[in-house]
Amino acid sequence: MIRFLLPTLAVFAVGGAIAATANPARTALLDGYAAQAKAQSPAFAGFSAERGRALYLGPHSGGKPETNACAACHTPDPAAQGRHQRTGRGIEPMAVSANPKRFTDPAEVEKRFDRDCPNVLGRACTAQEKGDFITYLAGQ
Amino acid sequence: MPRRLAAATVLLLLSGAAVSANEFERVPPVTNDATRKECGECHMAFQPGLLPAGSWTRIMDGLDDHFGEKASLPPGPAAEIRAYLTGNAAGRGDPTLLRITEQRWWLREHRFRPEVWLRKDVLSKANCEACHRDAARGLYDDD
Repeated sequence: MIRFLLPTLAVFAVGGAIAATANPARTALLDGYAAQAKAQSPAFAGFSAERGRALYLGPHSGGKPETNACAACHTPDPAAQGRHQRTGRGIEPMAVSANPKRFTDPAEVEKRFDRDCPNVLGRACTAQEKGDFITYLAGQ
Repeated sequence: MPRRLAAATVLLLLSGAAVSANEFERVPPVTNDATRKECGECHMAFQPGLLPAGSWTRIMDGLDDHFGEKASLPPGPAAEIRAYLTGNAAGRGDPTLLRITEQRWWLREHRFRPEVWLRKDVLSKANCEACHRDAARGLYDDD
């Protein structure tokens, strides 16, 4: 049993590491945002997890006072379960390590940015901000 | 015998009245996947039987400003969810009211001190599951 279990665990561990860093759907999504960012600003030089962290933690002005950061609902720890500010509904973790499905469905990702950026920033997010955000959370 | 019959009739009438008063305490659960997923992202996916069709139509018409939040959906899922909600709506209720929590039957069942709604585990009248543990299955008769 152990002889069977150990290789299985090893495969899962490696698979988990790959899922966290290089999910093909997430890579394609980031490539798409990179192309858009380049088109929006010729000075674009790649995404930054540090900028993504600052975006996530806030606080920002311009949006609704009760949601002045992503962390307002998702909590400052992106690996933790979040909670909808108004309804109390639980939100699955944002960190890819805690929730490997994050940022793998482009329609879902766009839907959430489309709704949540106005709540937090009072405006739409730029392609660079979207890529920074995903880059930060893919490493968490 | 007539007296016993009368008593039985009264009992029958009473139980009939009880059933109609509890119409909203057991509603069929949500069976549509798109409804469960999209509505259930920000709050419990409320059962279609909790509101009349007119209320659901107004809600689906106004998703851009859904009680102060942007909740718009792509046309495909929006049409599917609209058809499901209106097709399985309640036969009763006020179709001019959008909120379940403003319907007369709801208010009658929730006469609490206002501070109940401020409790951290409750937070919102939309959070049915804070008190009704089986609310997601359409069971609200556990009070």
